[in-house]
Amino acid sequence: MKKTYNINEKGYYGEFGGAFIPEMLYPNVEELRQNYLKIMADPSFKAEFDQLLKDYVGRPSPLYFAKRLSEKYHTKIYLKREDLNHTGAHKINNTIGQIIMAKRLGKHRIIAETGAGQHGVATATVCALMGLKCVVYMGEIDIARQAPNVARMKMLGATVIPATSGSKTLKDATNEAIRDWISNPTDTHYIIGSVVGPHPYPDMVARFQSVISEEIQKQLLEQEGISKPNYIVACVGGGSNAAGAFYHFLNDTQVHLIAVEAAGKGIHSGESAATSALGNIGIIHGSKTLLMQTKDGQITEPYSISAGLDYPGVGPMHAHLYQTNRAQFLSVTDDEAMVAGLELCKLEGIIPAIESAHALAVFNKKTFSPEDIVVLSLSGRGDKDLETYMKHFEL
Amino acid sequence: MNRINQKLQEDKKLLSIYFTAGYPNLNDTVRIIQTLEKSDVDMIEIGLPFSDPLADGPTIQASSTQALKNGMTTEVLFNQLKDIRKSVSIPLIIMGYFNPILQYGVEAFCKTCQDIGIDGLILPDLPVDVYTEQYQSTFEKYGLINILLITPQTSNERITYIDAISKSFIYMVSSASTTGVKTGFDDTQLDYFKRIANMKLKNPLIVGFGISNHETFSQATQFTKGAIIGSAFIKVIKTNTLQAIEKFVVSILNK
Repeated sequence: MKKTYNINEKGYYGEFGGAFIPEMLYPNVEELRQNYLKIMADPSFKAEFDQLLKDYVGRPSPLYFAKRLSEKYHTKIYLKREDLNHTGAHKINNTIGQIIMAKRLGKHRIIAETGAGQHGVATATVCALMGLKCVVYMGEIDIARQAPNVARMKMLGATVIPATSGSKTLKDATNEAIRDWISNPTDTHYIIGSVVGPHPYPDMVARFQSVISEEIQKQLLEQEGISKPNYIVACVGGGSNAAGAFYHFLNDTQVHLIAVEAAGKGIHSGESAATSALGNIGIIHGSKTLLMQTKDGQITEPYSISAGLDYPGVGPMHAHLYQTNRAQFLSVTDDEAMVAGLELCKLEGIIPAIESAHALAVFNKKTFSPEDIVVLSLSGRGDKDLETYMKHFEL
Repeated sequence: MNRINQKLQEDKKLLSIYFTAGYPNLNDTVRIIQTLEKSDVDMIEIGLPFSDPLADGPTIQASSTQALKNGMTTEVLFNQLKDIRKSVSIPLIIMGYFNPILQYGVEAFCKTCQDIGIDGLILPDLPVDVYTEQYQSTFEKYGLINILLITPQTSNERITYIDAISKSFIYMVSSASTTGVKTGFDDTQLDYFKRIANMKLKNPLIVGFGISNHETFSQATQFTKGAIIGSAFIKVIKTNTLQAIEKFVVSILNK
C-alpha cells in the first residue's frame, strides 16, 4: 500500500491526532465529525465557499515569480501571495469555510481563540459578514501588546474576552474558548484557527486551507508548464498555512516539503518555539502531537518574536510529517527572520508578516540549485508587525 | 473488593471531596486527607495539578497554578502518599489530566497507584474509546477503577454504553459547565437527575459540578448515591485551617 500522509478514518496521522476531549465536549465534536465531510461535499457548500473566496477574499492569490530574490539566491523562487487576501493573511480561507459550516450546522454563536489577533480578526470579519454573534478569547498579555487587532475585532462587532488564566497567552486563550464551548454546547460553533485541536479540526482546517496548494498546481502549470515545484517552503506555528501549501503535494514525494519553525532567541536559549526540536509526544488541546512540555507533562510557554508562531504544540499532520521525515523541519531565530523580512522589502517591495519572514530565512540556511522551482507560502502581510520592525531595526 | 465499591454498598448518601494536591502549600496533602476522613467524608479525589485544566473553572485553575508553583509533580505526590494507607482507609481517587500520566508512563503510574493504595482514577480528557482500546487492561491489572463521566448532553445510547463499561460509579456532571462556575440547581437540572435515575443503570450515580452547600448536596443526592464537592472546598482550604475543613464538612452533612 502506498504511504499516505493524510488523515486515516479514525482521525489520526500515524500515531498523532485523535480527540482527547472531556466527555462534556463529546456531543459538539461528534456532531462536527459526523457532518463535516458530508457538508463539504455538498455542491452548494462548495459553490458558496468558492464564490466568497473569489469575490470577498480576492482569490486566487497570485503566484508571483520573485525575480530579484531568485537572482540573489540563484534559484527560481515563487511567492504564493496569501498576504494579499482580505484581512491580510491565509487565516480567512479557514474562517470562511467554518462560518458556512457553522451556519449549516444551525449554530448562531461563534467563539474563537487568537494569539496575535489575526485569526480573531478573520473570525470577527466572517461573523460580521454572516451576521453571527462573535466572541474571541485572547490572552491578557496579548491584548496589551496587540492593541490594533483588538480594536479591529471590536469595530467588526466582536466581543473580546481576556484570558487571565495560566500564562495569559494563546494556549490559555484556547483553553478559555474550549471552556466556553463546554458551557454552551448547543448553539455555539468553535472556529479553531489552525490545524490543531481534536479531530476533525486538523483535517477540516487543512481542507479549507488546501485551496492554497490547489492554486499552486494550476498557476505553476500556467507559468512553468509543470504542475509541481521541487520545493514548498512554509512557516509552522500550529501549521495551517503549511498544511494548506503542502496539501495537494503530501503524497507526491518528488515535491520536497520544508517546514520552518521559530527558534526564538535560539533553540537552546530557553526562549524558543521550535516544537519539533524541543517537543515530545503528548496531548495539547485535545490532540496527541508533539508539544513543548516539562518532564512532568506540564505544557510550557514558548517564545518567538512572531506571535503567530508562538504556540507550544504543532498540528498532528506536521508531527507525522516530521516523524516520518516527509518534511524537513528547519528553525530560524528572531534575528534571522527579521533580516530576511527586511530583505524582501528591499528586493521585491513586499513587507512580509514576521511569520512569513521565518520561511524566507530558509534561503540563508539551505542552497537550492538554479533549476529548482521553490514555492514559498507568503502567509501574511507585515502591516501588523510595523512596530516590531521599527523597534528591531530602530527605524 | 475495591474500596470504592465497598463504600458504594453502604446504606447512606456519599460525600466525596476533591482538592488539588499541593495547594495551598506543597506539603498539605496528607493532613488534608487525614482531616477529611476524620470529618466523615466518604471518598476523596486527589487532584494532580495540570498546567491546562480544560474542564475546570477559575477556582480549580488557580489552585492548580499555585500547586505547580509550589513544586507539585507526579513524583512528589506519590512520595507524599507512600504511607497514606497506614492512617487512612476511605477510598482514594486520583483526578487529573492525561498528559502528565502519559509522560510518567501509564503502566508505571498505575503500578505506583496500586502500591500506594489508590482505588480509582478520573481522567476527564482520556476518551472512552481510547481507554477501552489501549489502557483498560493496564488499569485493571493494577486494580484501578476508571470513573467515567456523563453530562446533560450525553445521549441515552451513550449513557448505556458508558454504564456497560463502568465498574463502579458514574460521575454525573450536573450541567453544561466547567467546575465551580454554577451554584444551585434549576428545574432543568433536577429533571436531568430524575431522567438518568429512571434509566436504572447498573452503576450508581454520583453528581459533581455545582454542589457547594447542604441544600445543593441534598438536592443532588435525592436522585443519586452521592455528590462531589470541589471548588467550594478549595475556597475553604485557601485559609488552610483544619478546623475550617471539619466545620465545612459538618455544614454540608448538616449533622
